Amino acid sequence: MNRRKSIQSIILGTGASALAFHGCRMDGTTENEEFPNIGDTKYFGRTPEELERLEKLNAEQLFNAHEMETIAVLSTVILPPKEPHGGPIEADVPEFIEFMGKDIPELQTTLLGGLMWLDHKSNTEFGVEFKSATLEQQKQICDEICWHDMDVPLDKQALEIQFFALMRNLVVCGYYTSKVGIADLGYKGNMPNVWDGVPQDVLDQHGVEYDPIWLAKCVDQSKRGIIAEWDEQGNLLT
Amino acid sequence: MQIIENSEEYDVIIVGSGAGGGMATKQLADAGFKVAVVEAGPYFDPADPKTMTQLKWPYESPRRGANTDRAFGEWDMSWGDWEVDGEPYTHEEGTSFKWWRSRMLGGRTNHWGRISLRFGPKDFKGKSRDGYGEDWPIGYDDVKPYYDKVDKLIGVFGTNEGLENDPDGFFLPPPKPRLHELFYINGAKKSGIPVIPSRMSMLTKKINKDRGVCFYCGQCSRSCSVYADFSAGSCLIFPAQRNGGQVKIYVNAMVREVTTNEEGKATGVSYINKEDRKEYKLKGKVVVLAASACSSARILLNSKSKQHPNGLGNSSDLVGKYLHDSTGSSAAGFIPGLMNRKTSYNEDGTGGMHVYSPWWGDNSKLDFPRGYHIEVWGGMGQPNYGFGFNANDFNKFFGLKVGGYGDSLRDDVKKYYGSVIGFGGRGEGIARKENYCEIDPTTVDQYGIPVLKFNYKWSDLEKKQAKHMQDTFEELIYNMGGMPLGDKPGKDRDYGLLAPGEIIHEVGTTRMGNDPKTSVTNKFNQLHDVDNVFIVDAGPFVSQADKNCTWTILALSWRASDYIIEQLKQQNI
Repeated sequence: MNRRKSIQSIILGTGASALAFHGCRMDGTTENEEFPNIGDTKYFGRTPEELERLEKLNAEQLFNAHEMETIAVLSTVILPPKEPHGGPIEADVPEFIEFMGKDIPELQTTLLGGLMWLDHKSNTEFGVEFKSATLEQQKQICDEICWHDMDVPLDKQALEIQFFALMRNLVVCGYYTSKVGIADLGYKGNMPNVWDGVPQDVLDQHGVEYDPIWLAKCVDQSKRGIIAEWDEQGNLLT
Repeated sequence: MQIIENSEEYDVIIVGSGAGGGMATKQLADAGFKVAVVEAGPYFDPADPKTMTQLKWPYESPRRGANTDRAFGEWDMSWGDWEVDGEPYTHEEGTSFKWWRSRMLGGRTNHWGRISLRFGPKDFKGKSRDGYGEDWPIGYDDVKPYYDKVDKLIGVFGTNEGLENDPDGFFLPPPKPRLHELFYINGAKKSGIPVIPSRMSMLTKKINKDRGVCFYCGQCSRSCSVYADFSAGSCLIFPAQRNGGQVKIYVNAMVREVTTNEEGKATGVSYINKEDRKEYKLKGKVVVLAASACSSARILLNSKSKQHPNGLGNSSDLVGKYLHDSTGSSAAGFIPGLMNRKTSYNEDGTGGMHVYSPWWGDNSKLDFPRGYHIEVWGGMGQPNYGFGFNANDFNKFFGLKVGGYGDSLRDDVKKYYGSVIGFGGRGEGIARKENYCEIDPTTVDQYGIPVLKFNYKWSDLEKKQAKHMQDTFEELIYNMGGMPLGDKPGKDRDYGLLAPGEIIHEVGTTRMGNDPKTSVTNKFNQLHDVDNVFIVDAGPFVSQADKNCTWTILALSWRASDYIIEQLKQQNI
């Protein structure tokens, strides 16, 4: 299977991945009785009014199947998948982009218009829709619109330039806010921790060090579980 | 439609359940009084898994944390923000004010930054110092014992530094600085700007059996499910109930007015139950307003009667006047020394900052009278909506092309991750009679209650202070070997001075004083006009300091509660 075919076959699976979207995300957090359980994973803490709005947005369709496929193909041109953390498809980027287009309607014209521009351009140049063009042809089109004049505000530049900049933002953001993207980034937070300062190798790399007088004032993490008591002057005794 | 009266009489009715209302609830219930807490929003407990956002991942939401539903992002634990559905507010033309309302038990304490600063001795005597505004009728020594008690009851980390106007306290030990904070410390040193450990109400150490210890997820704005940060529900109201206190909580109850009798004394409150949209009355011997500075002013102004034709407690015509918020101006810089970071460790830390700069300047040598403190942010935070936008914009600092696509974007994102430091200056604005909120007779909310109209303008003094902030931030960024991001706001943009209200430290609408003609409450937060009505939010503040107001709200609410207890016991009210 060539690369394009493989993307298309992945796209055919997007319905399934959307269904799995609200599935179990418990992994990645440490279970410990001192720490909270992870709460309701289905509704991520929404109020009834917020849930209602989400359901309304989820029921709407912004892009047709062709447009979703085009977004998927363009996404992987912008940020090609890479082992071991995949790319935009594994990160549900097309679904994310569609949702944001519904959630922030101001984005819609740029997205819809830009997709039309892509096909028009590709048909004119190569006689084929963007999603079915070869990777070389797709790149040729992207190369024309992926740079912009830094001295001119983006909203004063051509639609296709704005479109590409918006798509790049949404693709990179969508990827790096996904499970695979966070793994690729290496972010280690959002889980229970006992912060005890910057590791020595990191201090060395950046050429900074702790002031011993400052450090002496900081929390002794071995005593964090002991109830605080002070003398009358406010000196911590425990 | 008949108003439904509850025959039960409470000793005290407390309107609002944030910092001020929570503290009054705790003290008055602990003292054995029968207390009703009336909250305009629903019940909220940070530990409830249904509403919890702590430790959520961006990908659990289809919008990845974007702020379309909640102004500070969808994980922020505030129900209600600059806008609340069906509850508008209006402005005098040509003026601005942004008003944040959290409609939930615990109010805004559920999402705030937990920056917990005492006012210093100078902060209570501003007029004596520079002629602006008014002195408080009390001084630091009056409040100190209560600050001490608040420190011990609620818990705040920090250090005793012996600074004159940033007093020592009873602190838990602070967390160690993060990498960007070490850069900040070094950069500030070059300009002679002091940096000390932050003072924030998260538990870096156990304080009692009921609350957990901070586990460093950096998400205090999401409200801590193990109660390791301060929220009024988890740290004051629930403990008051657990203590066996007689606390009845009315939720979704929007207070319309304080009711009064023929003698003009308060008899209770009337409220709209948001669920059945009917009006109810509660009876109480004492009414404590803690609805937030502006909401309490609104209730007073709407409580008109034969005895109080100008609104309750408003014989001075000062209710709503002297409204003032902290000043705020911000900047950010790209710091090449923070590029190419190792992601080998979790540096979330506590929410917000581990270090800050208290005001260091000498205003007698500056062209503005009051100071500001500097808040610092940065680090390798959780990616959420907006992360990765303009991923390689910083290439321009190296003469490299900006934009493009392909594998290199991954490298760009990682190269620049955690390389930005931001600053927020938070300063003192002057309290002025000309800045106020009043009732807008043309507009009501969906409960039929007349709403507030705001009239607030900054003066040149605040703008000059913001200019000083911007110049300082620029200098700090260069000191750190960095490049400022974005255009430095000049005079045409008031030096980036944020709109009044945006710092969410609004105070002063029912200011305290000894003279009933020039103040609304006395030095015990009691209305001059009606002795059984008290205000324990930030309304009685005579002046904001260059400090956040919550710790002072808590201390003064405790102090006022002690006074109420004494007066009730002596049957004076």
